Amino acid sequence: MTENHTLTVRFFARLREELDTETLTLPWQPGMTAGQVLSDLAAKGGAWAQLGGEQPVMIAVNKTMARAGTSLQAGDEVAFFPPVTGG
Amino acid sequence: MADEYQNLRHSGGGTGAIATFTGMVRDSGDLQGVTGMFLEHYPGMTEQVIEDLIIQAAERWDVRKARVVHRVGNLALGDQIVFVGVCSGHRADAFAACEFIMDALKTSAPFWKKELSGQSEHWVEQKASDLARHSHQE
Repeated sequence: MTENHTLTVRFFARLREELDTETLTLPWQPGMTAGQVLSDLAAKGGAWAQLGGEQPVMIAVNKTMARAGTSLQAGDEVAFFPPVTGG
Repeated sequence: MADEYQNLRHSGGGTGAIATFTGMVRDSGDLQGVTGMFLEHYPGMTEQVIEDLIIQAAERWDVRKARVVHRVGNLALGDQIVFVGVCSGHRADAFAACEFIMDALKTSAPFWKKELSGQSEHWVEQKASDLARHSHQE
């Protein structure tokens, strides 16, 4: 039995298209926050740099709205997406 | 639509008002000459957010029954995107709860619209006016 020490990261709408990525699996480390995952991804450069840019990025953890400071547990699902435009 | 309305009617004693709102695909949004729309959502989260908005509305107003229907995928001009219906004892509560659910949905439910116009497509940007309408109600 192996413990799950990963995070699932999901992208939606414009971010999903511009990053050409729907889902990523990343290693989880104790004390990680959603904001750290975002800045680590932004550091990859190219299209990813926009995650650290001026355009607002909304965050959900386990399908609940969250903030950059929200701490993450192993196995969490973290989602990044543009401001919502339904209705 | 008729079925949704009928379902809202069967709400027992004291019921005196039903308010409904329907949003449709408009031909002019961020783009001109919009011919259709694609709607993406976050399955699982969308349902939770909408259920939570109905609970919040019921904590503030007399809500006997409420129903939200939101389409996803490809839609054509004039198609219905969203339906919000609220059944209350009196009209003031029905109007207020319906408006609250609709405004909050626009700023907190994970849906994204992409306008389609000929060969071009454009992800709709969130409107400052929508954020203002919702925060006004909080």
